[in-house]
Amino acid sequence: MMELLQTLQQLGQELLGPAWLPVWTVVKIMVVTVPIMLTVAYLTLAERKVIGYMQIRIGPNRVGPYGLIQPLADGLKLLFKEIIIPSNSNKFLFIAAPILGLAPSLAAWAVMPFSDGMVIADLNAGLLYILAMTSLAVYGIIIAGWASNSKYAFLGAVRSAAQIVSYEIAMGFALVCVLMASQSMNLGDIVKGQQGSLGMLDWYLIPLFPMFLVYLISGVAETNRAPFDMAEGESEIVAGFHVEYSGMAFAMFFLAEYANMILIAFLTSIMFLGGWLSPVPFLPDSFIWLLGKASFILFLFLWFRATFPRYRYDQLMRLGWKVFIPLTIVWVVVVAAWMQTPLWVW
Amino acid sequence: MNFETIMFYVFAALIIFSALRVITAHNPVHAVLFLVLAFISSAGIWILLEAEFLAITLVLVYVGAVMVLFLFVVMMLDINLVRLREGIWRWLPFGAALAGLMAFEMIWVLGSSGTSGGKVAIKHAADYSNTKELGRLIYTEYVYPFEIAAVLLLVAMVAAIALTLRRRKDSKSQVVAEQVAVKKADRLRIVKMQAESRESGK
Repeated sequence: MMELLQTLQQLGQELLGPAWLPVWTVVKIMVVTVPIMLTVAYLTLAERKVIGYMQIRIGPNRVGPYGLIQPLADGLKLLFKEIIIPSNSNKFLFIAAPILGLAPSLAAWAVMPFSDGMVIADLNAGLLYILAMTSLAVYGIIIAGWASNSKYAFLGAVRSAAQIVSYEIAMGFALVCVLMASQSMNLGDIVKGQQGSLGMLDWYLIPLFPMFLVYLISGVAETNRAPFDMAEGESEIVAGFHVEYSGMAFAMFFLAEYANMILIAFLTSIMFLGGWLSPVPFLPDSFIWLLGKASFILFLFLWFRATFPRYRYDQLMRLGWKVFIPLTIVWVVVVAAWMQTPLWVW
Repeated sequence: MNFETIMFYVFAALIIFSALRVITAHNPVHAVLFLVLAFISSAGIWILLEAEFLAITLVLVYVGAVMVLFLFVVMMLDINLVRLREGIWRWLPFGAALAGLMAFEMIWVLGSSGTSGGKVAIKHAADYSNTKELGRLIYTEYVYPFEIAAVLLLVAMVAAIALTLRRRKDSKSQVVAEQVAVKKADRLRIVKMQAESRESGK
C-alpha cells in the first residue's frame, strides 16, 4: 500500500514537476472530504432508521432496499427546489452564511490523524487548530439569523451565539486536561500517548473520565443537536436560524450540522478513546478501530435525540456555567497534581 | 519573488482593505465582519512568521469568542446611521492626529531596531514547537510580568462585573436543589372517597 503510494508520488513528480504538490494536496483533500460527505448522507438515513426503531416504527423503507437510496432522493429533491431569498434580507450575507457554516467543519479535518502518520497536515498545534475551527462554525448561524431579517431566525441566532460561546469554555478546559496528560498538542502524538501494553486501560478515558463526559455533552451542545437544539427549537421559534432558507441553502446547514457531528465523534475517539489503537493488546491497531469508536459515538448522538426532551434555555446555561466550567477547572488542578505523583501511570 | 512574499502582500492588502472598510462600512454588522476578516488576515501573516501558536490563538480568542460577542451586541443595537455620521467632520482632525501619532510611534519603534529592512524571522526546523517554547519562557523568565498581567485582567473582570451587576427586587429565580429534592407528597394529595352510583347523583 505504502509502496504503491510512493511510486505514484514519484510518477507525479516526474510528470508535473513543481505543480505536483498542489495537485497531490487536492487529491488528499478529496480523499478525506468525499467520504465525509457520503457519511453525512447516510448518517441522515441512519438517524431516521435508528430513531424509527427506537420508537417502534420502521423508518424510511420505500426508496430502494431498506430505504438505502433515500439520502440520494432527499438530495435530489433539495437540489431542484427553489432558493427563496427574502426581499428585505441582506442578500450577500444570506448566501454566504451557509457556506461559512459548512467550511470550518470541513477545514478542521485537515489535522485529523486517521492512522499513524495518515494525516493531511501534521500540525504541532493541531488541538488549538481544531478548537479555532470549531469556534468559527458559529458565524454561519449568527449571520444566517441576522441576514434573514426575521424575528424567529434572529432569536435562533442569538440563542446559538450565547450557547456556543458558553460551552466552548468547558470544551477548551476539557481539552487542556488532554493536553496536560499527553504533553502534546499534535493529535497524532495524543493518540500515541495512549499506547501501552494494557490496551483499553491506557486510554485517557480512565484518568479523564469526567472530562470525557463534559466533552461529549459539550460536543452535543456545540453541534446544536437535541437535547440542546435551542437554536432550532421548532416548538418555540419554528426552525430558528434557518427558518427562511430553502433548497440547497437549507441543505448546506444540514450538511454542516452532520459534518460537525462526525467531527466531534472522531475527536472524542482520538482524544479519549485511543484513536486507531486497539482496545485489547492481542489485536493489531488499525483505522477500523477509529471508525468503530466514532460510529459508536455517532450512535450516542442519535440515541440522545430519541431519548431526551429539549432542555429549557436557562437550564442549558446553568449546566454550562455552573456545572461544567467549575468541574473542568477543578479537574485541571486534580490532573496537574496527580501527574506529580507516582500514581500517574498514563 | 517567492511564494511567502506573495502571500505576505496578499494578507497585508487584505488587512488594509478590511481595516478601511471597518471604519467606512455603513452597516455596523458589516464593519464587525470586516474586523473579523482583518483578524484572520493578521493570523495569516503570523503564520508566515512561523508564530503558529499566536496565529491560532488569535483566531480562537478574537474571532471565535470576542467577535462573536461583539456581533451579538451590534446585531441587537438599533443604530441610527444618520446620527452616527453627523459629527464626522468635527472629529476628523482629532482622529487624523491620533492616527498620525500612532503611525509615527510604530515607525519609530520598528525602524530603530538596527537594520534598515527590519529584522528577519529566524527559521526553525519543522519539529520546533513554538507553543512549548512560549510556555517555557512565560513560566520561567517572564513569570512575574505574566502573573501581574493575569492579576490585572482578573481585577478588570471583577470590576466590570461589579459595575454592571444590579439586583432587581422583582426578579424571580429557581432554587434547583429544592426542585430536585421535591417528593411526591409535597405536590400530590390523594383524596379517598366513596364511589358514587348513577341514581344517587340526582
